[in-house]
Amino acid sequence: MLVYIARRVLLMIPTIFLISIISFVAIQLPPGDFMTSYVAGLRTMGENIEQEAIDNLRERYGLGQPVYVQYIKWISGIILRGDWGQSMEWQKPVKDLIGERILLTVVLSLVSLLVSWFIAIPIGVYSATHQYSILDYVMSIISFIGVGVPGFLLALIIMYFAQTRLNLNVGGLFSQEYINAPWSVERVIDMLKHLWIPVLILAVEGTAGGIRTTRANLLDELNKPYVELARAKGLSEWKLIWKYPVRIALNPFFSTVGWSLASLISGATLISVVLSLQTTGPMQLRALTSQDMYLAGSFLLILSVLTVIGTLISDILLAWVDPRIRLEK
Amino acid sequence: MTDARPIPDQTPTPDQVESQALDDEILSGGENVYVAPPWKLMWWRFRKHKMAMVSAVILILFYFTAIFCEFVAPYDPDASFIQYKYAPPTKIHIRDAEGNFRAPFIYQTQRGIDPQTLQIGYVEDTTTRYTIRFFVPGFEYKLLGLIPTNIHLFGVPEAGEKQGVFLFGADRLGRDMFSRIAYGARLSLSLGLVGVFISLVLGVILGGISGYFGGWVDTLVQRTIEFIRTIPTIPLWMTLSAALPVDWPITRVYFGITVILSLVGWTFMARVVRGRFLAMREEDFVLAARLNGATEMRIILRHMVPSFLSYIIAALTLAIPGMILAETGLSFLGLGLRPPAISWGVLLQEAMNLRSLVLSPWVLTPGFAVVISVLAFNFVGDGLRDAADPYAR
Repeated sequence: MLVYIARRVLLMIPTIFLISIISFVAIQLPPGDFMTSYVAGLRTMGENIEQEAIDNLRERYGLGQPVYVQYIKWISGIILRGDWGQSMEWQKPVKDLIGERILLTVVLSLVSLLVSWFIAIPIGVYSATHQYSILDYVMSIISFIGVGVPGFLLALIIMYFAQTRLNLNVGGLFSQEYINAPWSVERVIDMLKHLWIPVLILAVEGTAGGIRTTRANLLDELNKPYVELARAKGLSEWKLIWKYPVRIALNPFFSTVGWSLASLISGATLISVVLSLQTTGPMQLRALTSQDMYLAGSFLLILSVLTVIGTLISDILLAWVDPRIRLEK
Repeated sequence: MTDARPIPDQTPTPDQVESQALDDEILSGGENVYVAPPWKLMWWRFRKHKMAMVSAVILILFYFTAIFCEFVAPYDPDASFIQYKYAPPTKIHIRDAEGNFRAPFIYQTQRGIDPQTLQIGYVEDTTTRYTIRFFVPGFEYKLLGLIPTNIHLFGVPEAGEKQGVFLFGADRLGRDMFSRIAYGARLSLSLGLVGVFISLVLGVILGGISGYFGGWVDTLVQRTIEFIRTIPTIPLWMTLSAALPVDWPITRVYFGITVILSLVGWTFMARVVRGRFLAMREEDFVLAARLNGATEMRIILRHMVPSFLSYIIAALTLAIPGMILAETGLSFLGLGLRPPAISWGVLLQEAMNLRSLVLSPWVLTPGFAVVISVLAFNFVGDGLRDAADPYAR
């Protein structure tokens, strides 16, 4: 088992290296050298910045030097000193800005993942065991709607009804008094009160695919001889279904957890912008539109690395459950 | 060597019963299933999938609208009728105030104060009627960019300033939503096709190489695909499209966005192509071709590609909705196409403004156009997938 984990962790390193390169390229993509526009921006606002300070910043990011030197300076700053660079727009170090937002994005995505499984698995099992029943058709239609209606449109519709019918503002993750408050039990409770709407929207998107996967896989399993045998031996139908075929049918769920996470984070980004949640989405969007590239690049880097780590955890869990995987070369 | 194939089981599986029933039905219609070419068998299969047939018709209508949007739209999408700001969808009547049935018409509608709620709204004046006509003259345009004309599919003979017919209402500048959606279809729907085409070219080349040669090439391509798919798409697309220069003209932004979307899209195509290649590499007819001394290129292009073309078409159809959704999402965030370009995503930006959304919920109609086209593509794709292999039993 340890060998398996070690091998997986080693395999992760090149992936993360590639991700860091892509994020770095993203930081470099906007035309021109961001320091020049930063200084120009400050000057038009009437602020004076000392030449020495500019030179210091240029030195820190290695501007004017070859690209690989800039990359090494940037990545070693992150790894060795936890220095993610400076946000030009907020005038703060990036790491002070992103911590809480990353945490909230992770919470939102993970909760949505669990909720979507919680909804999708029973429905998928029901649809498979009661194939061609009326409920099976109803579920299929619902899951098609889940595929077709983008989350942000759903968010807009919910916002419209909350605003006009209930006179409720559903935006945000916290009530007014908790937005800038330090973390406390009350703040967490307040967050949970706001969290359910985005979680539900995200879960609906994920559920649709989940139902179809469970149904298709379980239908394949149900015709296998071992199911027949168990039935012949007089095992109760409930136990028979849940104990054997369902477990096998759910394997693909866990093995694609990384992709589900990636798509949840994607969906969360859009929904967060609509509902103005305090997650990474709105801040990344703003950073991109104002070309605050260190901030924007850091988001891309962290979110991708988190997905990779999520995949790693799911692989380890899968190997722990299924000996065939960990013994395979 | 003797034929080692097992003797087929005498009891047919449910699938066989179904396809037998299909054959019977086709035969009874006087159509001979045994001499029909593959495309005919596919069509017969596809025809059985009711939702796919309905969806195919919807898609044809949508693409007709996209191609002839100037003709379908009653008004210039940028013309703003200030007296119709936030006007709700115009009610179309077939029964007048006296209770007589007439050809579809609209009443003169004007901004006024609702006598009951005392709110500013639009009230109908039941004394003035305008009959809706087909092929009415309107703004000048060139059909297909060639033929100058001013005929539009429908409308009222009066100018928009006097009395407009707004099927889906008007936005905050008094622009006709229906006309804007019709124009938006052109960019949104074509972007899906172009994006999928680029993905296909990349996917077929890389997936084909991967599946055909196997070994380390395969591993490399597969790792690349896995890598690309671990990056959350929206943050990646956002970052890349934010890097497109702001001063680019619409057409360049359009192709820029398409290429960005395809950078992820090809991975899905490559998977499908690789899967088919792997399955087909072992087929007897490929071995036969090789023994006959055919070159690798010829084996691929003449023998393998034709036999998995239908799978590719099905997979392509299923990939288009993803592209449409992605474009809509990006443009909605303001990072994709930008006004003055009109796409469904650009139109949805209007809904970001809470005031617009509450005063005129019909700004969401472009969203429903997206949903309908996405669902339609999914159903057609499902139908095509089922029909893809007409010899499957």
